[in-house]
Amino acid sequence: MRIPRPSGCGALFRSFSGLVLITMVASCATPGPGETRDGVFDPQEPANRRVHAFNKRIYSRLSGGGESGFIESLPIPVKNGVVNFSDTVALPQTVVNQLLQGRLLRASRNTLRFSVNATLGLAGLIDVAGPMGLPEDRSNFGETLYVWGFPEGGYMELPVLGPSTEREATGIVVDFFTDPFAYVLPSPQRYVRYGARLGELAIKRSEYGDALDAVMLESADSYAQARVIWLEKRRHELGDDSIEGSGFIDPEGLDTEGF
Amino acid sequence: MTYFTNRRGFLAGALSASALGALPGMALAASAAQAERLVQGLVDDVNAVIASGVAEPAMIAEFERIFVRYGDMPYIAAYVMGADGRRATGAQKKAFTAAFQGYAARKYGKQFRQFIGSEISVAGTQKVKNAYQVATVAKLRGQSPFEVTFFVGEKSGRFYNMYVEGVNMLLTERTEIGAMLDRRRGDIDAMIADLQRAG
Repeated sequence: MRIPRPSGCGALFRSFSGLVLITMVASCATPGPGETRDGVFDPQEPANRRVHAFNKRIYSRLSGGGESGFIESLPIPVKNGVVNFSDTVALPQTVVNQLLQGRLLRASRNTLRFSVNATLGLAGLIDVAGPMGLPEDRSNFGETLYVWGFPEGGYMELPVLGPSTEREATGIVVDFFTDPFAYVLPSPQRYVRYGARLGELAIKRSEYGDALDAVMLESADSYAQARVIWLEKRRHELGDDSIEGSGFIDPEGLDTEGF
Repeated sequence: MTYFTNRRGFLAGALSASALGALPGMALAASAAQAERLVQGLVDDVNAVIASGVAEPAMIAEFERIFVRYGDMPYIAAYVMGADGRRATGAQKKAFTAAFQGYAARKYGKQFRQFIGSEISVAGTQKVKNAYQVATVAKLRGQSPFEVTFFVGEKSGRFYNMYVEGVNMLLTERTEIGAMLDRRRGDIDAMIADLQRAG
């Protein structure tokens, strides 16, 4: 896959991405039969579990090998630099999405955050804007689709990228084609953000190693644990409390006789 | 490796722990102030254990005591066992509750190491139907703060659930217990034996 260029075949790519969007969102299934015990809609569970087994092999290899040891040994300013840089280069994309969501205040705050960090923050290595009252606030097209009222769709586990939903996966594809940076930067530089993102993920993986190990290596069914935790976290981020599971649990609604 | 790409999400798993602390032989938390006091007491006890610097096994034993003191254990056990609880015998229910509180103390207690030096404070309380939601904010050194919300039953006066950045402990643990039962083809005694070693 290539990122569209502004000239020539760009229009073609743009119409292609529009097509992908329409077909993928149209195929977002709505819950019906196929719900699991946790009230999760996962019609592709067998296929998802195969992807999970693959992801788990990668995970075990990474956590067993020397790679995480290397990341842990990096000085904190280096790690912060990578995380901040990754955030900065993702900001134009966030602003585009927040504009599409009609969140003008957050979009303008992030525009300011980008301007401050890209300049005073030495090309994004230092988060100067955060302490000034402009904290990290990311968005993506998955969130835009939520704001526009598209259903979550079935749960999906993506190779390497991990837990997702049909709506989120659609968002990832669209974001790939609508990054403003891709239109202004020449070829190698426009991929820098994906490299920074990978570095950021590796750093976070090492920071939250214990919590991740508890899910991936120590739980009875790591697929089901990752699924329920990720969905809860994502729905909370989106502010979506319309789905069963995130609703109210009645503290008197159970027969506790004998426990 | 992109599980929970957002740093708060990672903490969800990690910190489900801080919920598990919990109040000295309390009366019914009939009011918002009492619910808030319960959570404050729980938070203080957890912080005291973390600050004491005792060895991990002793720390985990302390967490289990805190959990039992502040938590509505029968409710939590019945919820996480789900529909399978209905076919359990009285002895199995008792054994499950005991095994679950030990498991929770180990599982979440182990992750408390990273909370040394952290500060958890009560941010506010809201009544929803027959429960109080007590919001707390945990500040970890060098990381952005994240929310942990405790749910206190109006009638029981004890906490029965917590959300860490939106991740619901009861739901997560019911999934895990269900998976442990599936692995044993529904054999409750075998699942309880596994639970005594897990976490």
